[in-house]
Amino acid sequence: MLILECPYCGVKAEETELQPGGEAHLKRFGPGSSPEDFEAYMFARKNPKGVHFERWRHAYGCGKWFLAARCTATLEVFGTYPAQSPEPPADLVNKIKAKRPEWKGWK
Amino acid sequence: MSTRLSKGGRLIDRAHAIEISFNGKRLRGYRGDTLSAALLANDQMLVGRSFKYHRPRGIVASGAEEPNALVNLGAGARAEPNQRTTTTEAFDGLVAASQNHWPSLDYDIGAVNNLAARFLPAGFYYKTFIHPRPAWKHLFEPIIRRSAGLGKAPAEPDADRYEQVYAHCDLLVAGGGIAGLQAALIAGAAGARVMLLEQTAHWGGRAPVDGDVIDGKPAEEWITATLDALGKMENVTLKTRCMVAGVYDHGYVLAEERVADHTPGDGRPRKRLWRIRATRVLSATGALERPLAFAGNDIPGVMLASAVRDYVGNWAVSPGDRTVVVTNNDDAYRTAIALKEAGLEVPVIVDARAQANGALPQKARAMGIRVEAGRAIVKVKGGKRVTGVALGLMAGEGAVLEEIACDAVAMSGGWSPVVHLWSHCGGKLTWDRARAMFRPDAARPPLTQDGSALVIAAGAANGALTGAEALADAAEAGVAAVKSLDLKAKTTPIGKAEAVEEAMIEPVWMMPQGAKASLRMKMWLDFQNDVKVSDVQLAAREGYQSVEHTKRYTTLGMATDQGKLSNINGLAILADALNEDIPAVGTTTFRPPYTPVTIGALVGEARGEIFQPLRRTPMQGWHEAQGAYLEPVGLWRRPYCYPRAGETHEQAVNREILNTRANVGLLDASTLGKIIVRGPDAGRFLDMLYTNVMSSLPVGKCRYGLMCNEQGFLSDDGVVVRLAEDTWLCHTTSGGADRIHGWMEDWLQCEWWDWKVYTANVTEQYAQIAVAGPKARLVLEKLGGMDVSKETMPFMTFAEGELAGIPARVHRISFSGELSYEIAVPASHGLALWEKLVAAGAEFGVMPYGTEAMHIMRAEKGFIMIGDETDGTVIPQDLGLDWAISKKKADFLGKRGQERTYLASPDRWKLVGFETLDGSVIPDGAYVLDAGTNDYGFRKAQGRVTSTYHSPTLQKGIAMGLLRHGPQRMGEVVEFNTMAGGTVAARVVNPVFLDPNGEKQNG
Ligand SMILES: [Zn+2]
Repeated sequence: MLILECPYCGVKAEETELQPGGEAHLKRFGPGSSPEDFEAYMFARKNPKGVHFERWRHAYGCGKWFLAARCTATLEVFGTYPAQSPEPPADLVNKIKAKRPEWKGWK
Repeated sequence: MSTRLSKGGRLIDRAHAIEISFNGKRLRGYRGDTLSAALLANDQMLVGRSFKYHRPRGIVASGAEEPNALVNLGAGARAEPNQRTTTTEAFDGLVAASQNHWPSLDYDIGAVNNLAARFLPAGFYYKTFIHPRPAWKHLFEPIIRRSAGLGKAPAEPDADRYEQVYAHCDLLVAGGGIAGLQAALIAGAAGARVMLLEQTAHWGGRAPVDGDVIDGKPAEEWITATLDALGKMENVTLKTRCMVAGVYDHGYVLAEERVADHTPGDGRPRKRLWRIRATRVLSATGALERPLAFAGNDIPGVMLASAVRDYVGNWAVSPGDRTVVVTNNDDAYRTAIALKEAGLEVPVIVDARAQANGALPQKARAMGIRVEAGRAIVKVKGGKRVTGVALGLMAGEGAVLEEIACDAVAMSGGWSPVVHLWSHCGGKLTWDRARAMFRPDAARPPLTQDGSALVIAAGAANGALTGAEALADAAEAGVAAVKSLDLKAKTTPIGKAEAVEEAMIEPVWMMPQGAKASLRMKMWLDFQNDVKVSDVQLAAREGYQSVEHTKRYTTLGMATDQGKLSNINGLAILADALNEDIPAVGTTTFRPPYTPVTIGALVGEARGEIFQPLRRTPMQGWHEAQGAYLEPVGLWRRPYCYPRAGETHEQAVNREILNTRANVGLLDASTLGKIIVRGPDAGRFLDMLYTNVMSSLPVGKCRYGLMCNEQGFLSDDGVVVRLAEDTWLCHTTSGGADRIHGWMEDWLQCEWWDWKVYTANVTEQYAQIAVAGPKARLVLEKLGGMDVSKETMPFMTFAEGELAGIPARVHRISFSGELSYEIAVPASHGLALWEKLVAAGAEFGVMPYGTEAMHIMRAEKGFIMIGDETDGTVIPQDLGLDWAISKKKADFLGKRGQERTYLASPDRWKLVGFETLDGSVIPDGAYVLDAGTNDYGFRKAQGRVTSTYHSPTLQKGIAMGLLRHGPQRMGEVVEFNTMAGGTVAARVVNPVFLDPNGEKQNG
């Protein structure tokens, strides 16, 4: 069971307190978007063995959605940050780069 | 024969004799015995039958790795199958019975499988399932079904209770042998919060039996002193009988404590499940001895050398009078020496190695024991019990040089570190060629959340097999653990064990080396599942190369012992057959639990009344007092109907409907989801959430709305109420409130976080009562306080005020099609209002109605139900709800999804009503049959039923369903399939069966 620190209330929350929300930083494509863009938004999900950005909700805590960067293989958590972030914070990206030089970035 | 020795036995209390029963036979034992020790003390070597061939099976081991000695323990409500006698503590009155035999343990009919062994090779099940099919159905299955399976599930509910405990610690030490004790002492002295858990009832592990000398004294003294020191540390928790079952993500650890297994019925919980969060885990779980593969190694009386030593040393039980020891290493000589010292005969030590000149072999020789190096056991003689061994050259093919009579064989194929806890979370192993073992690779440990090592292995679990090595390794591991916790190690006494020089092990996976096929067919690898050397070799010949595939094909290591005993032997045989290196073949995956955990412990207290929390409406007590028949709706238990004396549920439902249609009915609708959405951007937000426009809804008005997911599929529906200029109240389906509230929050927090909107789920804050029926208005007028006339409060409006003195919001909305008022009051007033309505309604014939009446009445009106008419693949347009989808809005959730071409196809199944020609009710889930069959030979379908009921109002079967081109096919007769295999004809009709112009609800 994972432990993720909620960036809002500071609680080190256990997985049973959290609701998973899939991949983070998706761009919504609405009416007028191309079939390819809409398909990518709806269905094309990354499934990396390694660094991944995810959405989690502190469902049985403060109720806030937040984002987490972790390694899907080793379960190392690089950091969590508010959901109101169009992209991962620079210091987190730098931290991951330092730990995983082979990492190709979050996009 | 196996018997109790007249003296010795460090764990038994000869002053306390006990009596146990095995297969109805009374046996005597001592307090401190395991069930195995007590059985062997009474010459009960035969304890069960193997799974496939029903071969006689005896006790092999002395601990958790035991594959054979599984019994049914206890009786009645305390019966539990598949309990290992080696880990079961004996107590006075214990009742056990052997398993997997019929009619008796000694005479077993299933043993004919043994004669058919030739016909039950590796992959037997796969092969027989595939071809020939009739053979499986008529020949194999009936026989195998009768003879397969181990214990029997208990017939009565469990009489015991179980509890769960949560705990946190800095360091969890698994294993209370000398390594675990030493590491815990170092961590405890450094101030770490330590939990030291030992699976058996005793501390110290193998050291006392193996005769280790620590700091110049017997190991026992060092163990006692160390325990004393640990006991004085407040930051250290010590637990025996507590098995660490698994290590999970980020240091979550499950451990099962056997609290009252050995004292059943004493009032304590039988087991306690520890749910622990540990910063680090130190795995000091020891090592398990491996058997050797020689013909007849499964005959009762053939045991692990270490187990033989344990039975003699710990319980003063000798497995045999004359024990032949067979080995590929020096450690097994300790068994020969222990037997000799106990006054028992050891006719020969068979050593597969060319030479045996280490300190222990020298000592054995000096004691007068014959040592034969370079030799092998060609085969064991005997049936239900060992009678002798035939010896030959290790390098040979099985020519017999000599036969030696004996009644027990102690075998040792070397040791395998218990790497389970290291491996559960991804720790990798390395093959130690010199020691012929897989051990933890310190460079590739399992990681925790910050990327540091989660588990540290110590002692024999880390490959440090001897006492001296183990203590030194544990001291190092203890200091490493302290450091990893950012603590400082204090000067702590480190035990120093006397080193006994041991010569190198020689890997031996089969003996003799060139054994012919007839011998290999009698060499067991997996004793419980009957997998032999020949089976693994056959799998390799048939093309199985991956160890994971071979495991599943042969069932090697898939029994309840999960291959603890001999998985390594099996993969070594596979590697040999594939001409591969052992590390190239690799191991199978180690998964929790280490040994089986009782389901009762996993369930804990969550059973019966407190299986799960139940939600109660304010009127729940009233319903129950009325004898309502309840049905689960989410976590609620809603009245399905209120049967009267002598009434069936169906009769009650019909009465409730007819009365509501003729007079007036009351429904407890408190479970309806209620979410308040408020703020300057609330209207804009709801316009995105709902398919229609909610921002334009005037204050005081109600509007039905649909919510879709981004794919465009219908997700929820309900009436939206505009409470104030900046405030809306969204009703959701019962049970949908939490989901929809989460959905709203997701969009507000993650997509439109600059919009000024608050949401609040107030479902439980309000009680809601539907008063429905032609006399509903009369009841409300009698309560008084509000003008509920048609003119002041027309359909789809609401008003706030006081009804009979209770603050209320009254909505003119209807899910029954009747003149209907849904009254919301603060939850604390719910019961009061309900009772006032019942009293005031008496003269108008008021009756409560339940969920089934509600469902039927809405179906009579053609109203859809989320979950009945929808299943996650249905768009509102399929249900004829185009009118509720805005054409003007540029965007709403699901709009883009609905624009996908396949959703616009004219061939989609669409909502219609169905009426059977004979008035019967179409079966639930029935399909509308189409001509022809599909690629799989199934009859094609052109539609399906979604709601189907007997309508008491219309006195016939009515249904709603989806049909290809449905709305254009009114009047057509179609055929539904039935469960009985027949068909039922139904006419396609308008889904609104009752009052299509809404005169009743508008009235
Ligand atoms: Zn939080």
